[in-house]
Amino acid sequence: MLTTSNLQYSYDGKSSLRFPDIQCGKGEHWLLLGQSGCGKTTLLHLLGGLLTPGQGSVVVGDTAINSLTTSELDKFRGKKIGIIFQTPHFVRSLKVGENLALAQQLAGITPNPQHIATLLGRLGLGHKINAKTDALSQGERQRAAIARALVNKPEVILADEPTSALDDHNTSEVIRLLVETAKEVDATLLVVTHDGRLKEKFAKQIML
Amino acid sequence: MLKLSWKNLVNKPLNMALSLILFALGVGLISLLLNLNHQIEERFNKNLAGVDLVLGAKGSPLQMILCAMYHVDNPTGNIPVEKAKAFLNPKHPLLKQAVPLSLGDSYRNYRIVGTTYDILQLYNASLAEGNLWANPMEATVGADVAEALHLHIGDTFKSSHGLVEGIEEHEHDFKVVGILKPAGSVIDQLILTPSESIWESHAHAESADGEVRTDSSAVDRQQGGHPDEERIGTDSASAAVHEGHDHNHDHGDHVHTKVAPTKYDSLTISQLAEQQRLELMAQTDKDITAILVRFRSRTNIQALNMGRNINENTDLMAASPPIEIARLQTNLGLGADVLKALAWVIVVVSGLSIFISLYSSLRDRRYELALMRVMGGSRGTLFQLIITEGLLLAAMGYVLGILLSHLGMAILAGFMKNTYRYSFSGTQFLPEEGWLLLGALAVGFVAALIPALQARRTDISETLANG
Repeated sequence: MLTTSNLQYSYDGKSSLRFPDIQCGKGEHWLLLGQSGCGKTTLLHLLGGLLTPGQGSVVVGDTAINSLTTSELDKFRGKKIGIIFQTPHFVRSLKVGENLALAQQLAGITPNPQHIATLLGRLGLGHKINAKTDALSQGERQRAAIARALVNKPEVILADEPTSALDDHNTSEVIRLLVETAKEVDATLLVVTHDGRLKEKFAKQIML
Repeated sequence: MLKLSWKNLVNKPLNMALSLILFALGVGLISLLLNLNHQIEERFNKNLAGVDLVLGAKGSPLQMILCAMYHVDNPTGNIPVEKAKAFLNPKHPLLKQAVPLSLGDSYRNYRIVGTTYDILQLYNASLAEGNLWANPMEATVGADVAEALHLHIGDTFKSSHGLVEGIEEHEHDFKVVGILKPAGSVIDQLILTPSESIWESHAHAESADGEVRTDSSAVDRQQGGHPDEERIGTDSASAAVHEGHDHNHDHGDHVHTKVAPTKYDSLTISQLAEQQRLELMAQTDKDITAILVRFRSRTNIQALNMGRNINENTDLMAASPPIEIARLQTNLGLGADVLKALAWVIVVVSGLSIFISLYSSLRDRRYELALMRVMGGSRGTLFQLIITEGLLLAAMGYVLGILLSHLGMAILAGFMKNTYRYSFSGTQFLPEEGWLLLGALAVGFVAALIPALQARRTDISETLANG
């Protein structure tokens, strides 16, 4: 479902980063562990098509994403890849529900208010659908970010340090919801982290 | 996308308000100037009424035109009928129409005009109720006068000297005998009466004073400037009417009162007007203020040279209204141009403010924009978003500006009506305002262009990694 081969990336043509080949099957949940500064975020951006690799390829489903044009890649990412970032950000002028609707619209899908409401309810944010994103707590924001990543039922979900800003309680809550909802849409989940708290929650692990 | 642009703008209400107000000011000022210019021009042109030449006493040609055509200035002086009568002759080979005017008095700032029925034809005016003026001290008033002063048929009023209220009232009472329909031109603001009324009230004033007045007002050259002043003092108005009758009418008997016309078709009116002119021509010892003439043919060389001939060879002055008004408009237009340039400067500055506010909001929103790319938006989407924000601001500023300017026109209209007796409309829209919209959108587009390109170039990976 998500495979890489011979992936390399170099900033400014200097020291290049080499990444191990990854092969994640459909519906599998993986944890990618690594210390700070070893290129975890770079790898995630390469996998999400936010960066173009110097060498090697990333294949999502059966699409080699670096063969797509920029705007094709944008559309593909919007539909097939859900990304959750370390610090959750939103379009601040829009409410929680509207942010999810925007994610659908930008991916070329007609916004489905019912689906959005159900999804937010599933993540315990049903009552926040009309709240400003600034008004959410840290844990709520991360859950809203999960909702946004999941709203288009992606095939692959990439999560970059989703728990680093959360306390233990919120961490296990967020991870539980992330895993459950990923399972519900049968998506491949890859969590990139240096957070040792997550080790015992994932069977499949890659060390960077 | 429009909704998102709108929400992004509303999210920063102060920035938006600043840009919006600046933009609206610029647009409003331009639109106001366009409208003012247009409506003044329209007014001036409408009141030109096809008059080819104005004849009067020597002085400032512009003053004479403003006085005799627009009734906003004092006369340059008076001319003896003796010298003017050739131009009043209905058989004049070059002139199709000649309207004699005797000016000098007013009632509550509305000018009293001693004239013949010719003026009705000049301004296409017709009666709404009552009768046309026939005898001295009878007045037919324009629609605006009747409305503003609540004059009704049968009312009487005292005239005062000059154009401003309160200066020495004359003793004779005018009687309102008729009210004209609104004609949309300056005649709506006039009080029409026979020339005799003017002579009579002045003669009366003089005999009441017991001596020749030495008013310095231009009007009073009627008495002060001409050697025949004494005759005005001694002749009674009724005698003057008598003379007229003897000369032109074949009624046989010497009735002092004339009967107002019963038919108002243009043939009757022009016949009556002709008669009145012939009567006036006979009053060779009297003065009138000006004559408005229309040529029979505007291509006739003699007619075209008439003005110059009069100026060079007679004591009279001739001036062409279109030329004088064009000159006036050129001079006024210069001021309007400077203001218009200023207004465009405001628009450009407001464009700059849109630019700055979009550009600075871009810094706050880099992460959002990168996020939109992650969610499937393309570079084009981001470009579009920022451009839409610029255009939206410009369009709203435009609408606000147009509203402001038309509100301003409406307020100005009320003010102008009181002071200058010229009314404007706040509900008239110009095709130029359509162009103004295009200009406004262009400014909005240009202001948004650089921020939009910037947004388009956002490096999503770097932005997200640093976010």
